Amino acid sequence: MSATSAHLARPAFDRTLLLVLPATAFMFLLFVYPFLYGLALSFDPKEGGWLGNYKHFFTTDNQWPTIWTTLKLALPATLINVGFALPIAYKMRVKSRYQRWITTILVVPITLGTVLIAEGMLTYFGPKGWLSQFLQFAHLYDGPIRLTHNYWGVLISLVISGFPFAFLLILSYITGIDPVLARAASTLGANPKAQFRHIYLPLLAPGLAMCFCLAFVQAYSVFPSAVLLGSPAGPTRVISIAAYEAAFEQYDYSLASAIAMIMGFVQLIIVAAVLSLRNAFYRGPVSGGKG
Amino acid sequence: MAADIAKRPDDASPWFDRAWRGLLLGTMTLFVVNIGLMIAAVVTSSFAKRWLGTWLPEGWTTQWYTAAWKEFQLGSVLLVTVEVVFAVVALALTIGVPAAYTLARRDFVGKRFLMLLFLLPLMVPPITYGIPLATVLYKVQLAGTIYGVILANLIPAAPFVILVMTPFIEQIDPNLESAARVFGAGTGRMFWHVLVPLLAPGILAASLLVLVRTIALFELTFLTAGPDSQTLVVALYYAVFAAGVRAPQSVDAMAMVYMMVTLAWLLIALRFVNPTQLVSRVKEHPQPA
Repeated sequence: MSATSAHLARPAFDRTLLLVLPATAFMFLLFVYPFLYGLALSFDPKEGGWLGNYKHFFTTDNQWPTIWTTLKLALPATLINVGFALPIAYKMRVKSRYQRWITTILVVPITLGTVLIAEGMLTYFGPKGWLSQFLQFAHLYDGPIRLTHNYWGVLISLVISGFPFAFLLILSYITGIDPVLARAASTLGANPKAQFRHIYLPLLAPGLAMCFCLAFVQAYSVFPSAVLLGSPAGPTRVISIAAYEAAFEQYDYSLASAIAMIMGFVQLIIVAAVLSLRNAFYRGPVSGGKG
Repeated sequence: MAADIAKRPDDASPWFDRAWRGLLLGTMTLFVVNIGLMIAAVVTSSFAKRWLGTWLPEGWTTQWYTAAWKEFQLGSVLLVTVEVVFAVVALALTIGVPAAYTLARRDFVGKRFLMLLFLLPLMVPPITYGIPLATVLYKVQLAGTIYGVILANLIPAAPFVILVMTPFIEQIDPNLESAARVFGAGTGRMFWHVLVPLLAPGILAASLLVLVRTIALFELTFLTAGPDSQTLVVALYYAVFAAGVRAPQSVDAMAMVYMMVTLAWLLIALRFVNPTQLVSRVKEHPQPA
């Protein structure tokens, strides 16, 4: 309503709109254009017809399984991260001194980034590291532990960097829900379990879906830890490694773009599935209205 | 008040409730303790003379820091990192804040499309758009230079500034702008004399968040950097990648340098921003107590 009246009052062209131009131009030049360029390039392979790259990807034995390898890492990691983050964030929803402390501590692994986590894990989880020494010292497990240079190393690193991310995101959604709603439910006799089930969970659904998507995107594009902590030739040869090798080891930018497009497409399918699942839930305001 | 009600005795058995709380607390403690020990292991190793299969190393030394400084040319890497990070922050603010202003104040055709355009880079994995981007940058011969690295890092940074700043701008009373206009200020003067001072806390928060994120952003720099334009995190990656070549302590010393730089900025940032802001957008309005 205010928009239309303002529109009528103002002259035909509003110069303020020009302020959005530099950012838009930048995004078109460096995000949209390269993306379209890559898409076009992927249909212009070094050899074969216009679908040559895609045919190559889906028929080569060390290429197409990378999709499953990536999903096998990314989906469990995302489920673990969101699954643990939700109950813990729910417990901490009430503002307290600890909330501030825990969030501060958890933000550290996020800012340190995957490369440093990889180096730390190589030192700490390695065969001569403190963890294996401790397990042997306490006689919990005497065999050699293998938590680096395989699937588990990468999964652990995804949890270390992804859990704090999921936790902080969910916490910021939960604290946005007005506690008055839960109090009203409790007045009507709902126990904490019912409050969570019938008040918080439906209100959180959009946030949870968003959090799942963002956490998934992070886990899905795993690159440094898959190389440093996994076995990049075998069980953790994820799709981003395949794309990187095509671009910077074979210098086949066309194939690399095709792999990047496939990567984006697979991710899009998962995100779309999650977001459509969310639509099955309640949609509405998360704060108590005045009415 | 809310806490009292939440703690009210209820039908669920107290035994189950206590076990559940214990489990959550235990998981959390285990997680935090292991991360702490992981960092401590890197610290210990970087000061260790020789450390093979014992609890603590045989002796202590700082020689790995001087070794790492020389071997990895940390001086020039740090310089590049500082240049890249500050250029990214400055440019992201320059194009992001005006765009955030328009998006916060005006309704226009295509606004939803623009919002989507600014949200996409944060939703698409960096490798997916990084590889086509690197291809284009190689074509125009910007890849491998510091300018290419700056441009690549701006792609997630500028939209992030827009997302962080929009709610800050929405909080400012539009009457202040109208008043400035009534007294004859043009858009430029209104921006500098009214909006920028009022937005200072938001701008500070946005720049610190972008700064911390850019230092840690690996993929885009990795794909576009050449030998002279590596930032600290990429140099660290190559050091870990070629770990067999050098003493592990020297790599750990380098990791420490990286950690110190990141943590220093993180501590500064945490004085002004809420930790949750590093992963999500700012709350629109202060929470009612």
